[in-house]
Amino acid sequence: MVDRESKMEISGISGRKGKIGGWVRRVTDHDIFYSFTRSPVTILACFATLVILLSSVFAPWLTPHDPFNPASLDLMEAFTPPVWIEDGTWKYPLGTDDQGRDILSTIMYGNRISLIVGFFAVLFSMLIGVTLGTVSGYVGGWFEVVTMRLADAQLTVPPILIALLVDGVARTTLPRELQEDMAIYVLIFSIGIAAWPQYARVTRSGAMVERNKEYIAAAQVIGIRPVRIMLGHIVPNVMGPTLVMATIGVALAVIIEATLSFLGIGVPPTTPSLGTLIRIGNDFLFSGEWWITIFPVVALVVLVLAVNLIGDWLRDTFNPKLR
Amino acid sequence: MALLEVDHLRIEFPTRRSTLVAVDDISFSIDQGEVLGIVGESGAGKSITGAAIIGLLEPPGRIAHGAILLEGRQINGLPNEAMRRIRGARIGVIFQDPLTSLNPLYTIGRQLVQTILTHTALNAAQARKFAVDLLNDVGIPAAKHRIDSYPHVFSGGMRQRVVIALALCANPDLIIADEPTTALDVSIQAQIIALLRRLCREHNTAIMLITHDMGVIAETADRVAVMYAGRIAEIGSLRDVVKKPKHPYTVGLMASIPVIDEENDELPHIKGSMPGLLEIPPGCAFNPRCPDVFDRCRRERPDLMPTGNPNQIAACWKYNGTNTNG
Amino acid sequence: MIFYIIKRVFQAAAVMILVAFISFVLFNYVGDPVNNMVGQEATIEDREALRDRLGLNDPVIVQFSRFVIHALEGNFGISYRMQRPVKDLIAERLPATLELVFSSAVLALVLGIPLGIYTGLHRDSWLSRLILSSSLAGVSLPTFVIGILLIYVFSVSLNVLPSYGRGDVVKIFGSWTTGLLTTSGLKAIILPSITLCLYQLTLILRIVRAEMLEVLLTDYIKFARARGLTDRAINFGHALKNTLVPVITVTGLQVGSLIAFSIITETVFQWPGMGFLFIQAVLFADVPIMAAYMVLMALFFVIINLIVDLLYFVVDPRLRIERTMTNG
Repeated sequence: MVDRESKMEISGISGRKGKIGGWVRRVTDHDIFYSFTRSPVTILACFATLVILLSSVFAPWLTPHDPFNPASLDLMEAFTPPVWIEDGTWKYPLGTDDQGRDILSTIMYGNRISLIVGFFAVLFSMLIGVTLGTVSGYVGGWFEVVTMRLADAQLTVPPILIALLVDGVARTTLPRELQEDMAIYVLIFSIGIAAWPQYARVTRSGAMVERNKEYIAAAQVIGIRPVRIMLGHIVPNVMGPTLVMATIGVALAVIIEATLSFLGIGVPPTTPSLGTLIRIGNDFLFSGEWWITIFPVVALVVLVLAVNLIGDWLRDTFNPKLR
Repeated sequence: MALLEVDHLRIEFPTRRSTLVAVDDISFSIDQGEVLGIVGESGAGKSITGAAIIGLLEPPGRIAHGAILLEGRQINGLPNEAMRRIRGARIGVIFQDPLTSLNPLYTIGRQLVQTILTHTALNAAQARKFAVDLLNDVGIPAAKHRIDSYPHVFSGGMRQRVVIALALCANPDLIIADEPTTALDVSIQAQIIALLRRLCREHNTAIMLITHDMGVIAETADRVAVMYAGRIAEIGSLRDVVKKPKHPYTVGLMASIPVIDEENDELPHIKGSMPGLLEIPPGCAFNPRCPDVFDRCRRERPDLMPTGNPNQIAACWKYNGTNTNG
Repeated sequence: MIFYIIKRVFQAAAVMILVAFISFVLFNYVGDPVNNMVGQEATIEDREALRDRLGLNDPVIVQFSRFVIHALEGNFGISYRMQRPVKDLIAERLPATLELVFSSAVLALVLGIPLGIYTGLHRDSWLSRLILSSSLAGVSLPTFVIGILLIYVFSVSLNVLPSYGRGDVVKIFGSWTTGLLTTSGLKAIILPSITLCLYQLTLILRIVRAEMLEVLLTDYIKFARARGLTDRAINFGHALKNTLVPVITVTGLQVGSLIAFSIITETVFQWPGMGFLFIQAVLFADVPIMAAYMVLMALFFVIINLIVDLLYFVVDPRLRIERTMTNG
């Protein structure tokens, strides 16, 4: 096309500056960026996610109080309402709970746990799913049949039920002493197990499509070993839709974790996630201290919504049919 | 008065970067009972023209300029309901793929009867009888039983007959047939074309036959319009366009058709390819590939002009200054 | 076609046996049933005697068959925690769960399908956009959050609906307790049903909409338009019928979610159903109940899937031939 090159010539950009300028132009000219900037909702969602992410990573430094250090708690400050209500103070902008913990700080720490569990659970299921899926799609044979049957069977059951069952069984098998320490790992494991089939399915179809392409045949002819072909060629090419799923998957994982924690079978009470906070606060809903549960609820909703919106946008952008 | 008149039609597709011009100022007409073949390569703008005539242009496509007249009355820009009454009753359409043209969940009888009831004053029983007769007419064996079958049990050729029945059931004046045989086996193609021709002759229905297959045109058309890059290169009677083409593109097109009893080592072809919508050159669209090109062709776009033959006009500067009598 | 049904029934039976086996393993080998049933003071001889009496020293096959036979009778042993037969506990709770699930399923369909049609037909209207944005909430909000918010608004702030329990119940048909015939019962079921139905409603709405949009782009709709059929005939005749097939699929798939979310909903509202029972069983490692719940849910699942498969036959004529042809 005539435009870009002549424009660059005319403006006299050359050398290194031209490269960076060119790269910036390539990004801003790209379809994806266009659709991104045209969608204010997505920008907002991205912004919100960034804020949540940063605040939870830097929580220990950002929070004025460490809510889980019993020494720093003052029972006299318990049940302080949020700052805009009578009796509230700026010291505890969102109020305190029954133990005098600052709600804002508990939320930031809660975000942390939720995000950690969500993120690692998705990582775990991606690991299993992508591996099984790629091998199934590339190698085929009985491996594919068995794996896909298993995946299909599991897909008929909603992930939350699976996570519930796995978690429940793990609890009854683990001796009581270990339960608290292992709880987070058990949780990550349960949620991870619940979600692998979708990644396996997607990567398998992707692998099957790639397998028939000529560059794979060429690689095979040269004698590159199957593992290298799979890792080096197939996986990168199927990662696109997988990453979209992973983004939405994080939101789902956070929801599952929050639900399990709310029901009492999630993270241990010493490292409360947003779900645990909501459960604790639920007891005080009727006695008028609504903020103890409502703010964690809002935090959870914002987090999940933001991630979902980004995932939605990613999916629409990568969907050739809708373009 | 011509049945259908298309007057300086221009169809655009505004995109976020620029505006694509799919059809750039074309004009032609079709008389009662006449068969006009519209030939051209894929992307030349034939199907879009057909879609625009019945008002089913897909957004963001729109008619930017020009008029479409049905028996003298302008029909482009009519409100939806008025256009709907014209579709099926005055202008019928046949699409390329008979498999996807029929709703798989309804019997062919139901789809026929529904169309008949929409456009005529018959009651349900009469409509059904009419449908059976129609199916007989298009050559569906055992129509009385088959009328309650679903589309998927029919073969491709049979389905296309059903489609023809559907298009003709309200007795329209004009049928727009968009690649009606392209999806069919060669052996079936001839049958379908013969059927179409017979039915239209019987009812004096005009046909606008859109295709890239010259063989089909040769069987059926009275007149031919050759489209290239969204413009009409040449219009004339079938004989003239095929035997004595005037526009260099048409010449190249006709020369590249293999003839069975000629001995050719190499099939002549036109070098290059038809430009995409964003790359149409200034002046005559064909000029980069034209063996007879000269300077004016590159600067000014030629309108359709007389070529010496009273029934043939071509958009080519070679004929500038020729009057109708040569 | 008969062959197809028989094949499906066999498949269903196979699934049930598999689930029964998993349940059986859970029941017998996870934790020690004997330990859970006697106190700390029991001697080793006593435990051994108990083991023998319970038949825990018999070969696995024998134990499994015993388990299956008992299961077919509905006998799942005795709850560790409540010291009552699991059978009775389930019988008490089943009506509550079934009523809840049924009313929310009806709500989801009755609201979801029309909304989906509307947003599919009027793609760019502001109402459609509003509905779609709210539907995003239905998917993003976890069930328990919806429950809590509803409780907060309608029970705490406005005080018009109860926040827990089932209200007054009435016995009909022998042992079925229903809350639908009393005012307090009806009031009590409103919030939980709304909570439970929201997720499915959102899904149904989106599926119907997506299908409508896709169907409206097909060639046969294009041809129908080209034939001059009215918008009404096209939208509600042709397009709608074609969207129903995926809706059936989705509704069938929703059974699993229904079960899962009913557990949560019952917990939030302290609804005395099977889900609530199950959660407490998990919390207290009450294995007999867990095992029984698994088997029952699998049964429910399998039956619904069978019904959905049969519905396909009715709706899509293409399948009738395909399926019968592949089965000879």
